[in-house]
Amino acid sequence: MIGRVRSIAFNTFREAVRDRVLYNLIVFAVLLIGSALVLGQISIGIEKIVLVNLGLTAISIFGVVIAIFIGIGLVSKEIDKKTLYTVLARPVRRWEFIVGKFAGLVGTLTVNAGLMALGFFAALLIEQHKYLRTDVHLLTALYFILLEFVIVTAVALLFSSFSTPLFSTIFSFALFAAGNFGDDLRGFAATTHGLTKWAVTAAAYLVPNLSTFNVISLVAHDQPVMGRLILLNTAYALCYSALAVAGSVMIFDRRNLK
Amino acid sequence: MHSQRTTIVASLVLALGLAGSVLASHSLAAMHDQIALQEVLYLPSAKTVKAVSLGYTGLMADIYWTRVVQYYGRKHLADSLTYKLLPPLLDITTTLDPHLDIAYQFGAFFLSQKPPQGAGSPEAGIELVKKGIANNPTHWRLYYDLGFIYWMEKKDYKSAAETFAAGAKIDGAKTWMWTMAGAMAQGGDDLEMARTLWNEVLKESKDPMIRSNANQRLACINSDEAVIQLQKRVDAYKEHFGHPPGSMRDLVDAGVLRGIPTDPAGNPYGIDSYGDVVVKDLKKLPFITKGLPHGTEASVFYNKFVLEEKAKKLAEEKKKKEEQEKSSGAKAPPTGQKL
Repeated sequence: MIGRVRSIAFNTFREAVRDRVLYNLIVFAVLLIGSALVLGQISIGIEKIVLVNLGLTAISIFGVVIAIFIGIGLVSKEIDKKTLYTVLARPVRRWEFIVGKFAGLVGTLTVNAGLMALGFFAALLIEQHKYLRTDVHLLTALYFILLEFVIVTAVALLFSSFSTPLFSTIFSFALFAAGNFGDDLRGFAATTHGLTKWAVTAAAYLVPNLSTFNVISLVAHDQPVMGRLILLNTAYALCYSALAVAGSVMIFDRRNLK
Repeated sequence: MHSQRTTIVASLVLALGLAGSVLASHSLAAMHDQIALQEVLYLPSAKTVKAVSLGYTGLMADIYWTRVVQYYGRKHLADSLTYKLLPPLLDITTTLDPHLDIAYQFGAFFLSQKPPQGAGSPEAGIELVKKGIANNPTHWRLYYDLGFIYWMEKKDYKSAAETFAAGAKIDGAKTWMWTMAGAMAQGGDDLEMARTLWNEVLKESKDPMIRSNANQRLACINSDEAVIQLQKRVDAYKEHFGHPPGSMRDLVDAGVLRGIPTDPAGNPYGIDSYGDVVVKDLKKLPFITKGLPHGTEASVFYNKFVLEEKAKKLAEEKKKKEEQEKSSGAKAPPTGQKL
């Protein structure tokens, strides 16, 4: 079972590399070097803050875009190209296919983010000529970015299991945007009454709460991230992605592929 | 052949298109100021900008801070008298990143300076730094910036003294924050507060130079208080006899004083021709605000005598150097002459 999931995951990774997904690294490198040079010149005294904000934001945005655009095609592309039938004709269960696809894309994103992080840390070394003890907090921000990728991939996969690529893209981006307003939704729920309160509260808990995963601004100021937040974010990412992947499995399992 | 012709035509069109668009864009940029009726900030609300940044507030703050610097620089170079967009741009920047100290520090400076150096709104500068302090209560440098605006732009020595003193109490604050507070209180005529603050400097600092300065300041405060009391006696004498006393001896003879009073440096106080109490040796009490000879301005923030002495020394050294160079130049053989 693990072997089959691993094979699908590895093939998903290979396919992403073949689709030239990693080309974004070149764009990232150009963006990082170019903007570090330009912004360093025109912003007074905040060169490191700009570099951290820009570098980590770029890693996050590139990853989210890749997660959504590849995630929405994970199932639908296989159906369109009829390659799904050759896979399912083998002793592979449908849930193994979904979990394998999910793991493959998360792996791709991790490798991609890892390579970008190497570039980012090299740029940081050039900027400040050494690493500071507080730079360890940057790793926490990177870890949270990876957790965010896990959630977004799971959401994109969920939509991919029952919708068309166009609608999946729209739904995934909408959910990503709504996820950043998690706190506002909860705040809005607190001000309403009756049925509206229930509906808004339900919506607030249903959309992924991504607002707590963005600590880029905090670490840019060399401030530490609370251990409790790391623990809770990890637990939340695991639970939410498990929920979305389970949903995908349930939908895909019942889907008529004939 | 056909393919080659297409490539040549396409290349020509591409090159012409590029040149045309660059030229047009250049001309359009020159027209920009003519068609812009007024300065507009498309997203004036900090909350809206925060919402549309989708959590990437740090980067957005950096972009807005860059806009602030560019906007200020452009206006400053044009000797502009209005900086309309500066307050909202700074508000957005600091709402997006409440810990961006540099935006509070430089932003307050940009806002407070008189036009064309800045927006000429110290009130807006004060509000901005107060926002910074509310968001970063442990950053003592922000108290320094706030105190500086109160002092330089508002001439509000009392608020400046209170602000410097509040910042001085924060962990890690430099001792000179106390000295700034003390100097401000003295400048604002609050001698009691100044005394408390300088005593605080003595308590906080072990640096012999700072302690010596604090002791000298306390001596000056003692002198100021003594001058106030003595001036009351002189005025009472004048009211009683119809003319001011010629010297302190007259006050002793009239029974107003028991003896000739001396200042903290040990010199006797005098009375000038205007009937005002004066300190005789200002060099020993350089920070006094009372008992100054007519036409002399108080100098509570720096020791003007030390500065004058330094300037004199520098001028002498320069003169000496020039003379040495002149004499060595005269002795040197002319170039090209055989020895």
